[in-house]
Amino acid sequence: MLRRGGSEFGGADIARNGSGARVDLVVVAEMVEPGARVLDVGCGDGELLRLLAETRGVDGRGIELSREGVNQCVAKGLAVVQGDADTDLADYPDDAFDYVILSQTLQATRHPRVVLEHMLRIGRRAIVSFPNFGHWSVRLQLLFAGQMPRTDMLPYSWYDTPNIHHCTIKDFRQLCTAIGARMEKAVALNAWGAPLRFNAPWWFWNLFGEQAVFLLSRKG
Amino acid sequence: MAEATTGIAREAPASEADHPRDSEVARFGADKPLQLDAGVTLSPFQIAYKTYGTLNADRSNAVLICHALTGDQHVASRHPVTKKPGWWETMVGPGKPIDTERYFVICPNVIGACMGSTGPSSTNPATGKPWGLDFPVITIRDMVRAQAMLLDYLGIESLFSVAGGSMGGMQVLQWAASYPQRVFSALPIACATRHSAQNIAFHEVGRQAIMADPEWRGGRYLLEGTNPRRGLAVARMGAHITYLSDAALHRKFGRRFQDRANPTFSFDADFEVESYLRHQGISFVERFDANSYLYLTRAMDYFDLAADYDGFVANAFKNTPTRFCVISFTSDWLFPTSESRAIVHALNAAGARVSFAEIATDKGHDAFLLDEPELFAIVRGFLDGVGQARGLSRKR
Repeated sequence: MLRRGGSEFGGADIARNGSGARVDLVVVAEMVEPGARVLDVGCGDGELLRLLAETRGVDGRGIELSREGVNQCVAKGLAVVQGDADTDLADYPDDAFDYVILSQTLQATRHPRVVLEHMLRIGRRAIVSFPNFGHWSVRLQLLFAGQMPRTDMLPYSWYDTPNIHHCTIKDFRQLCTAIGARMEKAVALNAWGAPLRFNAPWWFWNLFGEQAVFLLSRKG
Repeated sequence: MAEATTGIAREAPASEADHPRDSEVARFGADKPLQLDAGVTLSPFQIAYKTYGTLNADRSNAVLICHALTGDQHVASRHPVTKKPGWWETMVGPGKPIDTERYFVICPNVIGACMGSTGPSSTNPATGKPWGLDFPVITIRDMVRAQAMLLDYLGIESLFSVAGGSMGGMQVLQWAASYPQRVFSALPIACATRHSAQNIAFHEVGRQAIMADPEWRGGRYLLEGTNPRRGLAVARMGAHITYLSDAALHRKFGRRFQDRANPTFSFDADFEVESYLRHQGISFVERFDANSYLYLTRAMDYFDLAADYDGFVANAFKNTPTRFCVISFTSDWLFPTSESRAIVHALNAAGARVSFAEIATDKGHDAFLLDEPELFAIVRGFLDGVGQARGLSRKR
């Protein structure tokens, strides 16, 4: 998938913790119960699957669009298939996984709503992380420069970006409501990778969260 | 009298069929008949095989290699007929991805073949003559059933892995479907769950070339002291094209002339590619039996895994404990990536643990036999990963 994982991400721009793990991935990993069955959609070079295997002892699988990413993963012993989130999630049976994770990939899918619905069908829970297009720096660039914003999280020009469905935290919450997903947990991270105050109002998250991580489950 | 004639007429492949050199042979007597899909039994029969490495104390490190249509048991050591290196020495051996310092590798010759496992050039014990076309038609499932009997004979309950490309990959899939509890991991490479119409068509051309050779004698050539060399060579030439790719042929030969500056305005092998194909055909005949070629291509034609499982491949792998690594090659048009993708879709639908990698190469179907560093890295990484799950130590 088009998640710009690990090396492709541009390394230094992305906040990492003391042990070198990407902060957003650590946040995702902390939402996963140990020993769970996990599908990572758009698993890149397998950094999250590795982290999950090492820190949570999960039974992890991955789907990745790029051949290079897949082959790197498989050569590391990870169970990863080449595939497209937009078309291949339909093959998976209901309730096949405890968690289906979409990390920094939602905005690159052609049909984010369909992908999210499949995730909640295949997995008991879904974890989605995405760059927040409502972040103040994005808003200011559009307002004052009058140009499509470019940030550490979104480093592409408008004409070569793989990211075709940007959304804000507020937009994403509305989509969750529309498809009947329950928001069990949410974390917004600022530009330094630090979580925003948990009891801050949504508008504050939407303005100061550079990225967000949501833990979702099916209603009912 | 007939016996004496037979003795004289039988040529090198036939003796290799009964008494293979540089191989182990497991013989199954009347008490252990092989049940065939054709509805008959084969008994007695034998399997020629090679092993490399050492079986560990808890018998958990055995890897079965399944060979392709024209392969044999000599996977990682010198071929007794051609004197060439084993057909997969790049993959199998000490320190190689399928590391014989870690794993106990078993490679049997499939039944129906001609290198020591019972096939049409073997002696039919009922008549004392070569089986010829009296040999029953066999299937991929029959090959696998025979291999399972070999494992029983060797006292190996569960395989750490089963690996193979092309027809070998079909056997790998059949192994995982027939004996899921005996297959810890599976590496089906450049294969499919069924033989396509196009591939059946190519095989039919090859078979017709053999049968059109007057020396084939209705399959009785070993008895009559002839050999359908030309027919088998043409079959091989046609098949060989399907193992390559347009790009690879162009890269290797282009339109270059063979040892001449100008065309001869004749039907000599003016072009390098013609000369190459002729060589492929001629050298193949030295080591392969024409009737075996008929039987093995037929077995591949009949292969359709879904047919045995209500039309759904996924049913073949329901609740499978096996860990799969499916591999395809971009330029393989005999078993294109779409076929591997169909395997993966079925495995996903069955909830199986599967990896799938497509390797970019212009070498076509034969890429699985060639020097493809990415292939080696993937196989090594996959086996390392499942080895940890199996509790195999990194190095013995």
